[in-house]
Amino acid sequence: MHSFGYRANAVVTFAVTILAVMCSLASLSDNFNVPTPTADVKVLNINWFQKQPNGNDEVSLTLNISADLSSMFTWNTKQVFVFVAAEYETPQNALNQVSFWDGIIPSKEHAKFWIHTTNKYRFIDQGSNLRGKDFNLTLHWHVMPKTGKMFADKIVMTGYRLPEEYR
Amino acid sequence: MESQGGDILFLHMNQDPIRAGEIVVFNVDGKDIPIVHRVIEVHERQDTGEVDVLTKGDNNHGDDRLLYPYGQLWLQKYHIMGRAVGFLPYVGWVTIIMNEKPVIKDALTFHN
Repeated sequence: MHSFGYRANAVVTFAVTILAVMCSLASLSDNFNVPTPTADVKVLNINWFQKQPNGNDEVSLTLNISADLSSMFTWNTKQVFVFVAAEYETPQNALNQVSFWDGIIPSKEHAKFWIHTTNKYRFIDQGSNLRGKDFNLTLHWHVMPKTGKMFADKIVMTGYRLPEEYR
Repeated sequence: MESQGGDILFLHMNQDPIRAGEIVVFNVDGKDIPIVHRVIEVHERQDTGEVDVLTKGDNNHGDDRLLYPYGQLWLQKYHIMGRAVGFLPYVGWVTIIMNEKPVIKDALTFHN
């Protein structure tokens, strides 16, 4: 009853329970944060637009991405993962989401940013549907907490269109 | 996302469609250890609602096609076992220590 083993067990169980409760409280505190993010993505140039030998369209673009995600950061935030994706519909697919670019924001100081880049990941359609295609650009953020629940949201920007012809 | 040994990851699965940005857990056909990576591409069929999904580890340079079996370009819904929704750091260390050093497991559990 008073052996070392019994006491060690009691202490460890209590410590782990306290740790879990503190983590839950830390996570709950994130619900009081009201984020006010802003973002803007411009397509500066369509570098090239071709049909691959396998029949799929591929586009290379240069983008200007600017955003202010500093209001996402709380004391319980480890990092924020941000990505920009195109969304469009084709006759075969009700939804296509293709990520162009992503980044990790390690702290609040880095959360207001501006980047000029070509697409980090290849934009390849399933098929040859991209000529003259209207698409949305979405900027998503995923907040990784130090502990607890992850949450995510996005801004949808509409009105983008690919060229009518390959180039 | 960065996760180290000892973190506990909370997983949840429902019938909501798989969307880009979600962190999913999947098994590659024939391999034991599940992989927890982010979805970077989704193509959902008009008629059936079936999806082709491409994943990538946040800290990896390229996508996961090298992990998929040869010739497989996409994951399907049946490959995906859950989504990560949250985590507790370090709490899993107790289990790891107990499994690696049975003497501690013996000391901490009841004996008559």
